[in-house]
Amino acid sequence: MLFYIFAVLAVISGAYMVLTRNLLYAGFSLLITLLSVAGIYVLLFADFVAVTQLMVYVGGVLVLILFGIMLSSRVQDKSVRSESGNKVWGTLVAGLVLVGLGYTILQADVAALPWLQEAGAELPGEQKSTVQLIGIKLMTDVVLPFEVASLLLLIALIGAAYIATDKQKGS
Amino acid sequence: MAQIPLEHILLLSAALFSLGLLAVITKRHAVVVLMGIELIFNAANLNLVAFSRHDPALLQGQLFSLFVILVAAAEAAVALAIVLRVYQHFKTAHVSEVVSAENQ
Repeated sequence: MLFYIFAVLAVISGAYMVLTRNLLYAGFSLLITLLSVAGIYVLLFADFVAVTQLMVYVGGVLVLILFGIMLSSRVQDKSVRSESGNKVWGTLVAGLVLVGLGYTILQADVAALPWLQEAGAELPGEQKSTVQLIGIKLMTDVVLPFEVASLLLLIALIGAAYIATDKQKGS
Repeated sequence: MAQIPLEHILLLSAALFSLGLLAVITKRHAVVVLMGIELIFNAANLNLVAFSRHDPALLQGQLFSLFVILVAAAEAAVALAIVLRVYQHFKTAHVSEVVSAENQ
């Protein structure tokens, strides 16, 4: 089934991102993880979120990260490598979190939640595209967060440009 | 097509979250730490979208995940700008070296 292919792909490339020492390989395996997650969004009937994931993450954030790698590394003296520290503690903490989350999820029996039981009847098949509904919602129910989000993006844009400028040379 | 069980999506999301946490804790290069944070954002988004599947009339989960993506993009832009400034100032982007240079 397609979901499990995407899931295995996401986990393997995520693990490779953590294990590899080469920064560029880490960036490209993050690309595979993000693409797999976008595929899983499509399988979960979230087409608009999937397209947004492709455009914002793969088209924007990942390119930004690759630029960050290239601008913050000297290729000549092999500092495109990323050493790992705290290996024991990191593995311990992450493993414990994984085991705890997995145990909780398996014990919680989320599929038996009351509101999921009520809503579960009209699944799947009659799902339409979510684009129209999301557009209506963005302009009615969540219009205030939508506008605040645009303000946040503007602030982030100005802030990033201001931080990144070289102040010694300018003015 | 048979429906994907909710537990499997949650387990995948837990695995991605743990991998992101592992990257944030163990990696020394600041950009890889940012990649780990992106992985954690994705794990959270996966949960939101998974539950939103059972809520086709309101789609609150999907709307929230859109805002999460937006905040993640803004965070990545500002954080990378800070990393570039740190690199120009300390001549390294490794977190531990920056901390030891600061203590001297």
